[in-house]
Amino acid sequence: MKKKDTAPLNNGEELTENTVVPENTTVCDSATATESSAAANVVESAVSEGSVKAADQSLTEEEKGDELHGENLNERAKVLSPWMTVLKRFFRSKLSVIGLVTIVVLFLFAFLGPVFSPWAANGGTVTDTDPARIKEIISASPITYYVGDEAFEALAVSIRLPQVVKLGDINAAHWLGTDDMGYDVLTRLMYGGRVSLTIGFVVVIIETIIGVIIGGLAGYFGKWVDNLIMRLVDILSCIPQLPIMLILSVIFTESGLGDSIAKLYYMMMILCLIGWTGTARLVRGQILSLREQEFMLAAKSSGLSTFSKIFKHLLPNVIPQLIVSMTLGLGSIILTEATLGFLNIGAPYGTATWGNLINLASNSTYRQYYPNLWVGAGVCITLAILAFNFVGDGLRDAFDPKMKR
Amino acid sequence: MFKYIVKRLLLAILILFGVSIILYVLIRCMPSNFLRDQYIQARANYGVDTSSEEAKAQLERELNGILAPYGLADDSFWGIIKGYFMWLGRFLKGDMGISFQHQNAPVQTVIGKYMWLSFGISFVALLLEMAIAIPLGVKCAVNQYGKLDYVATVLCMVGIAFPSFFLGNLFIKWFAVDLGWFETHGLTSGIMGSEFEIFIDKIWHLILPMTVMVLLSIGGLMRYTRTNTLEVLNADYIRTARAKGLSEGKVVYKHVFRNTMIPLVTQLSFTLPTLFGGAMITEQVFDLPGIGNIAYKALLNGDVFLAMGYNMFLAVLTVVGILFADVMYAVVDPRVKLGK
Repeated sequence: MKKKDTAPLNNGEELTENTVVPENTTVCDSATATESSAAANVVESAVSEGSVKAADQSLTEEEKGDELHGENLNERAKVLSPWMTVLKRFFRSKLSVIGLVTIVVLFLFAFLGPVFSPWAANGGTVTDTDPARIKEIISASPITYYVGDEAFEALAVSIRLPQVVKLGDINAAHWLGTDDMGYDVLTRLMYGGRVSLTIGFVVVIIETIIGVIIGGLAGYFGKWVDNLIMRLVDILSCIPQLPIMLILSVIFTESGLGDSIAKLYYMMMILCLIGWTGTARLVRGQILSLREQEFMLAAKSSGLSTFSKIFKHLLPNVIPQLIVSMTLGLGSIILTEATLGFLNIGAPYGTATWGNLINLASNSTYRQYYPNLWVGAGVCITLAILAFNFVGDGLRDAFDPKMKR
Repeated sequence: MFKYIVKRLLLAILILFGVSIILYVLIRCMPSNFLRDQYIQARANYGVDTSSEEAKAQLERELNGILAPYGLADDSFWGIIKGYFMWLGRFLKGDMGISFQHQNAPVQTVIGKYMWLSFGISFVALLLEMAIAIPLGVKCAVNQYGKLDYVATVLCMVGIAFPSFFLGNLFIKWFAVDLGWFETHGLTSGIMGSEFEIFIDKIWHLILPMTVMVLLSIGGLMRYTRTNTLEVLNADYIRTARAKGLSEGKVVYKHVFRNTMIPLVTQLSFTLPTLFGGAMITEQVFDLPGIGNIAYKALLNGDVFLAMGYNMFLAVLTVVGILFADVMYAVVDPRVKLGK
């Protein structure tokens, strides 16, 4: 971030030098050597400050004058598209790069990690046991039994269930030990990451779609449509979020969805239904102000349809803010999921999610003696939220035209 | 201004009406109902045979008789709507119903009883938060991109990212059990002694939850202060102040700081719900008998009126907080005109 401050300052210095340098040249025309050395100095100072900019170079190159004569303008000046500028600015901030790297690492951990884990997957959960061993047959003997007068032949099989190491400590086979059901904690963390990260993305995308459509309608049509929609938004945002999630979770649990993965999808749906209001407000506000600008007058006078006015001319202008709010939203959805999991009302018990894993901390024995069970999940949640916030902040700064560089 | 406030209040009533309908319908859709569950439990304990058809019908009749006065008997759509208007009628008269969990005490009494603990914790936490975050935010903004700014910003981001239950549990493990400095949970350890000793004991129990709350909320306020201060620092009147030759201290503490306070006042109005409504998760982690914890149990057990009362309480606080923020904005900043 330090660069941001030094860059414009640096620029200013150069500009003043630039105004000085031509005077020098007029005074002593023969002293080209000193002039070029001054220019070189400028370049050096720019390099030492760590900010080499295309603009600076073209400035200093112009000073060198005749050496560069005849070269094509295209080769000297680089034209950056707006998106490239944003990317460039984004990658200039250390924090956003750290955030991006963390996100990539978390994704690799969650989606590629299980491939390398020796512990088998079983419906999203992972057992300590080799699936081939689960039905190890010890003995099988034919028996005959009777129902009324009829005789039935059958095979009595006794199988040995493999020994499951419950609440195992950290060891070579289980890097984070095993949990209360004998699952390998590290592998469960990976699978948990899949669920938590996927939920984050799905919910944010759906939320944004709903928010854009409703907010867009409110902002574009105004009047009673706007009034109606905004009152609805007011009502929804006044409902306390956590109690509502609690109520809905209890409703789902008791109606028989408690132990199926479907409950998770319902929870996601509810998160979307409650969460779109923020996006709708944002889009509405932007469109209200954009609607009054000249380019919309131009669009109107060229007879464009309402559809293309909204989707081709208004919405693309909101995209920067949307991307930022989506990135920041990802963090908060992951937090919500984890909170629900911690209160034991999120994903069904036994499903590996980060929230369900950290729920073990509410048991005081596990909290004290088995930190390996829940600290990992907590670290993952914190890292994910932190990373998304870093990236979101970086994007906001990168998109902001008021930020100097 | 008066006209504006009246208009906003009318709007607030409309919003609260909508909120209450949604809340009531959802709460009534919950399968658990404390009164019914208790009655069935009591009958079972009493050894009443419930297996036969006749006994079941009898049970239904009895339950109906018990639940009907509260408007909770009929779970069909129209039954719920009828129950809602029954609740609304009483609510408008200032009667929020009774809490079945707390010996049929009126909901107002229950909320009033448990609210003050939550309020106390949140209030002290808020004061500490402000005392640390605001000066820090201003300082970071003044030395933008300095070392302090960098460290504080990163730490704040970390604080924002930490889930309260994770930090709470870590603190309990480290400071309460491993080091044995504080208590793991609850409000008292049941010591006998003078009132002062009991008070100190309570404070001792509250240090960890307060620390967690402060650490987690400091980040947001500090960043907010920092952004606002940066905006103010770029304003023309600050340049004027500097051009007049004022000392840097005077510029920062007289001109910048006071203008930074404008958005901060509004921001603090938004903390109204958290101030009185308790921190559900933190209270849960530390097992404190605050309003958040009580409401959590009420929701899970289907204590309909207490759950309703608590949620409406929060909704009213939210609406009032927003209105207060808007009005305060005009009060603090004379340039702002509340209109329309």
